[in-house]
Amino acid sequence: MTNPQGAAVVLTDVTKSFAGHRALDGVNLAVEPGEFIALLGPSGCGKTTALRALAGLENVDAGSIHIDGKDATDAPANKRDLGMVFQSYSLFPHMTAAENVEFGLRMRRVGAEDRRRRAAAALKMVGLDGHSDRYSHEQSGGQQQRVALARALVTEPRVLLLDEPLSALDAKVRVQLRDEIRRIQTELGITTIFVTHDQEEALAVADRVAVMRDGRIEQIGTPEELYRRPATPFVAQFVGLSNRVAGTVEGDTVLVLGQRLPLLEPSTTPDGPASVLIRPEDITLAAPDSSDAGLLRGRVLSTSFLGSLRRSQIQLADGTVLAVQHPVRDDPAPGAEVALALARVPVAVADTDTDTDTANVAVESSQS
Amino acid sequence: MSRTAPSIGAAPSRVTRGLILGIIGALFAIPIIAMIEFSLRDGLAGGYTLSHWTSLVDPASVAKYRSLTTGLGNSLLLAVVTVGIVLLLLLPTMILVQLRFPRLRRVLEFICIIPITVPAIVLVVGLAPVYRFIGSIFGSSIWTLAFAYGITVLPYAYRTLASNLGALDAITLSEAARSLGAGWPSVLWRVLLPNLRRGILAASFISVAVVLGEYTIASLLSRQNLQTAILLISKSDPYVAVIFALLSLLLVFLLLLVIGKVGTRRPGARSSKPSSKPDLTQGVAS
Amino acid sequence: MTLTDTPGALSTEPPGAVPARGQSQRRRPGRPRGRAASILGLTPFAFYVLAFLALPTAIALTTAFFDSAGGFTLDNVATLFDPLILDTFVSSFWISALTAVIGAVVGALVCYALLGARPDGALRMMIESASSVLAQFGGVMLAFAFIATIGVQGLITVMLRSQFGLDIYADGVWLYALPGLILPYIYFQVPLMVITFMPALDGLKPQWAEANATLGGSRFTYWRRIAGPILAPAFFGSLLLLFANAFSGYATAAALISQGSQIVPLQIRSALISETVLGRSNMAGALALGMIAVMIVVMTAYSILQKRTTRWQR
Repeated sequence: MTNPQGAAVVLTDVTKSFAGHRALDGVNLAVEPGEFIALLGPSGCGKTTALRALAGLENVDAGSIHIDGKDATDAPANKRDLGMVFQSYSLFPHMTAAENVEFGLRMRRVGAEDRRRRAAAALKMVGLDGHSDRYSHEQSGGQQQRVALARALVTEPRVLLLDEPLSALDAKVRVQLRDEIRRIQTELGITTIFVTHDQEEALAVADRVAVMRDGRIEQIGTPEELYRRPATPFVAQFVGLSNRVAGTVEGDTVLVLGQRLPLLEPSTTPDGPASVLIRPEDITLAAPDSSDAGLLRGRVLSTSFLGSLRRSQIQLADGTVLAVQHPVRDDPAPGAEVALALARVPVAVADTDTDTDTANVAVESSQS
Repeated sequence: MSRTAPSIGAAPSRVTRGLILGIIGALFAIPIIAMIEFSLRDGLAGGYTLSHWTSLVDPASVAKYRSLTTGLGNSLLLAVVTVGIVLLLLLPTMILVQLRFPRLRRVLEFICIIPITVPAIVLVVGLAPVYRFIGSIFGSSIWTLAFAYGITVLPYAYRTLASNLGALDAITLSEAARSLGAGWPSVLWRVLLPNLRRGILAASFISVAVVLGEYTIASLLSRQNLQTAILLISKSDPYVAVIFALLSLLLVFLLLLVIGKVGTRRPGARSSKPSSKPDLTQGVAS
Repeated sequence: MTLTDTPGALSTEPPGAVPARGQSQRRRPGRPRGRAASILGLTPFAFYVLAFLALPTAIALTTAFFDSAGGFTLDNVATLFDPLILDTFVSSFWISALTAVIGAVVGALVCYALLGARPDGALRMMIESASSVLAQFGGVMLAFAFIATIGVQGLITVMLRSQFGLDIYADGVWLYALPGLILPYIYFQVPLMVITFMPALDGLKPQWAEANATLGGSRFTYWRRIAGPILAPAFFGSLLLLFANAFSGYATAAALISQGSQIVPLQIRSALISETVLGRSNMAGALALGMIAVMIVVMTAYSILQKRTTRWQR
């Protein structure tokens, strides 16, 4: 298979409503040729609609879509020359894996000999040598998605669209296939747009991640930027795990747990009481006999082994429960007294809009 | 989400849909309209009258329609007994097979579908001697015919119950109830049956509908039911026969409408009724 | 059985539906000591089916091989090949085939029209309820409906005669003969097709159409290469059901045709009714045997076809 040159994709002010509900509310997105972009957000945020609009599976109400510099806003789906992998069940059940992969080539009137050769190469690329005669019900979910990937890539499309392709798979297969998608994408240099609700997945594979909410892109940036410098409280909460702790904003600092920390976005944060988001890895365990006055004192409630690290729930004297990440070799027993040190890094404040009744919930998972 | 999608899917356009359904619907309405029109005709004199309908409720004509009321009564009795056969014979067997003999499920399905390949008219040939024998035990009362009807409704009832039973993870449900201390009677009564209500209701209605429309077996075994009575009376009073045909059509329509309503009720909507939820905690008590 | 049959009894399962895996491998919750009791629990139903399905069928089929005195004979079966009897089989066959094909095509068209309509919408509900009613609408009532419609004094007959000067019975009244069965049979075949075939259409996954589009296929390609092949087994399954439905139908014909026995079920009627005539009841058995034989041939042909064409199905 030759290296198809990735195409640039530009969405400008794309708007789309379903029965009064704004699924896309002025989406602007510019994807560089060969770039791997993840659209991340909770369900109903419009990420899938954006992808489907790009594929031509939904009409847009307003705005424009340019692929490779040409206006594709009104082009029919079958003329856009994009490869798409769906969430599940998209393989044609009455065709073998090879016939499925050959389908797009057949539509492009590629000769039988050529078709067979290219389909075999594509199946080999996704690691399915010797599976060409299998029907989809004879394959596992992971294998089916590999065939779907081969089918989408074999026509050497300008852009690859992935609509939550891993969400129906087991955790282990999921990680495997995720890494493989990234490998193939790098190899082919194809522009790829990947829709997911799983922040870990998005951070792991994408060059840049666009976090979506209510039909708009909230922030776009590299995984590290999103994690370290969330532009909005929503992104701060959605990406990564955070402790929510009561604090008080004063100017461009916040007073929390007896310490004064700088604010990430001082301009948008009004003075007064607020929920402060603190990453578990920004809190470290200190020796309990340390006499440093800046340390927080607490009692271990529980601790869980996460493989490469350990996470403990620690209750402070005022009742606040904090999740702390620490090396595996620190293994505090439940009930033990510990001391905590707070890293002096800029922190974000939780969004009041999405503030649910999380009074005593120490860890907010983006998945919950 | 693809409702407003551009024309990539299989769905026809609004105009095409309207055209197809309009034409076919109109053609299929004609016989019904013709029946209504016929029931309003004033004999051969021409013109229209409501007298055929009003005579139905006229006390003077009760004697005239005696065979009809007998037939209707017989059919209703047969419907009740047939539903009894479905619920007391077929349903327990299906549950038993589901829970204890999963490998027999295919066999049971095969048996229940056989009546499609064995036409009623063929069954009648062999039923005649069987009923001669039954007559010597139970006498020749009408309800015994329900044994034969139970066979004819078998495919319908099986399908309806099977789809409900299949959607239910009966094994896990009963294991859960058993692990909470419920005995088998509690499992059946408090856990499985409440969850099968939809299927039971639908199977009962479809059985009633089939029994009310049955003609072949009754007529060839010389029994009286609704359909044989309608045919009989059509010789003397075709208007009343048509009116009865219309009425039974309406009845079946209502029955099936209820099935439709019951069948499409969402699990969510269902769970808002507390009684239809399996109550595992109650299972512990018994 | 009356004129209708089970919706979707044959292969009209939604294509591509994933079956519940592992159900059959599940550990059964029983303990050995309960097993005997469980087997005992199966006996009432087994006995019932034996007595009212297996026994009558067996009797019906075996009487064909006996004469009225109880001796073994092949005479009855030989009579099946009498040109007169053969004719009724041919008539039964073609009227069933014709109405099944028309019913299947028109019914499939209705299903197609319903595609894309909301499954829980009023339109779907209405048409599905109406179809269930009309598919059940066999026998005597159906005969009346058509007498009222295209009888000698029927609504349409009279209208055509007075408005357009068209006499549908110019060459004699055909409603009470074989051709008269065609329209009534279609009247229940179409709705039966709708209720048996619709689940298969519902099983078409939107992703298939979308995958087709993103891979460069047109709507025509979708129907020709994807939806068509996927639906074919369900379509032929429903077609067969329609055939069986018409072939075994008795009540409509009995109510409509009082003279002559143009189709096999009516031959059985005359053989049963004239039971007093020597040897005739065994003739009914022979005719029943013939009907079952036709059914078995059709079913076997279908299952062979099914096996050949659908390796992709489970």
